[in-house]
Amino acid sequence: MTDIEPEETVDARGAACPGPLMDLIGAIRSAESGDVVRLLSDSDGSLTDVPEWADEAGNELLAVEELDEHNAFYVEKA
Amino acid sequence: MTERIVIVGGGTGGSVLANDLADRLGPELDAGDVEVTLINDGPDHVYKPVWLYVPFGKREPADGRRALDELVDDAVDLRIDRVSEIDTDSQTLRFDGTAPSMEYDHLVLATGSTLEPEQIPGLVEGGHDYYSESGATALREELLEFTEGELVLSVIGTPHMCPAAPLEFVFMTDDWFRERGLREDVEVTYTYPIQRVHGNPHIAEWARPIMEDRDINVETFFNAESVDPDAETVTSMEGTELDYDLLVSIPPHGGVDLIEEAGLGDDGWVDVDKHTLEAAAANNVYALGDTADTGVPNAGSVAHYQAGVVGQRLASEVRGRPATATYDGKTLCFIETGMDAASFVEFDYERPPSPAPPSEKLHWSKLAYNESYWLTARGLL
Repeated sequence: MTDIEPEETVDARGAACPGPLMDLIGAIRSAESGDVVRLLSDSDGSLTDVPEWADEAGNELLAVEELDEHNAFYVEKA
Repeated sequence: MTERIVIVGGGTGGSVLANDLADRLGPELDAGDVEVTLINDGPDHVYKPVWLYVPFGKREPADGRRALDELVDDAVDLRIDRVSEIDTDSQTLRFDGTAPSMEYDHLVLATGSTLEPEQIPGLVEGGHDYYSESGATALREELLEFTEGELVLSVIGTPHMCPAAPLEFVFMTDDWFRERGLREDVEVTYTYPIQRVHGNPHIAEWARPIMEDRDINVETFFNAESVDPDAETVTSMEGTELDYDLLVSIPPHGGVDLIEEAGLGDDGWVDVDKHTLEAAAANNVYALGDTADTGVPNAGSVAHYQAGVVGQRLASEVRGRPATATYDGKTLCFIETGMDAASFVEFDYERPPSPAPPSEKLHWSKLAYNESYWLTARGLL
């Protein structure tokens, strides 16, 4: 369990790939630098495409939490 | 007592559904037991796939427009008004201006997508599109005179209407300049927001080698953040800057505000059960087409198939029977791969797409369907 307090949570559970990543990108787009966005996704694709995009965009993936049938990704906007 | 079915939106989904209900519920409509009302904010039905061909001088925007009252069955009440509020507790719609409010027993939202280019600074001034009549016409003026330089096609908003159309545009562009002997003077670059060239991995895997063969440059993980119309550059959230001489974008899309205001879903898309198409947050409300947040492409074929499902379900409900029809994610799409060749895909929630080998026959099938689309809108095909 992480103690990171996100500024925004995006619940993309139920959405197929690439929906969760696009929802995350949309939230990061409107976030301020330093804000943390939490993405909830039950798509396996998110386990690879979220870290890849965060790295590509220079944002930091602070943590990935394994929860009940989904994952929570904490991404800090650079 | 008369049961009132109200459809908001006269695009593909709304029109097909209105005609489907007129056919399916004919006896009940004749007897006055049921009323079907189709509300649209303008008098015309617009068939958007025509716009892809406008910039190449192949079609006119007028080819995609017909009066709704010519397409919709006379048993349907057609109302030209703009809905300003949906109250799902009292099951009431309110309208702009002084038009009286309207109560419903069953509501279907088919309000579709709107373009939001203003989300990206500089895009309105610096970009072109073929996702609107005015955009396609303005792009035609630019493209017909474009003989050399950098053409960038940037997919900015997803989900967007017709997910295949950006691929089609660059394939057609490549072929069109090649046929005219200008391709060596025109650089074509395609950008996409994620790590592949299309949202669907099977279509992306098929398209990428074609793009390589055709010397179409690709920039993935490119989410346009701003456009500088003076410097003619587009910069991504990932820090990549591209020069352009002609920027064609797929602008950010959104649904209509009144859906979010009614608490039915975010960004104008209705949260629905992806099989029954019933709204999650209200009773007696369905959504279909782009408006229904099902995760399937925003495509006319989807709206068409979903309209059939909602039509069957509403007919069952009106007759007091259990509604059993469900949507299986069926999507069908032709994909132009040049000016005289196309591929074809058909898929659903369970079966992934497998693009057919491009052929002239499929290209003509696409054009033939575009002509016969008006039979679909009438509920006949």
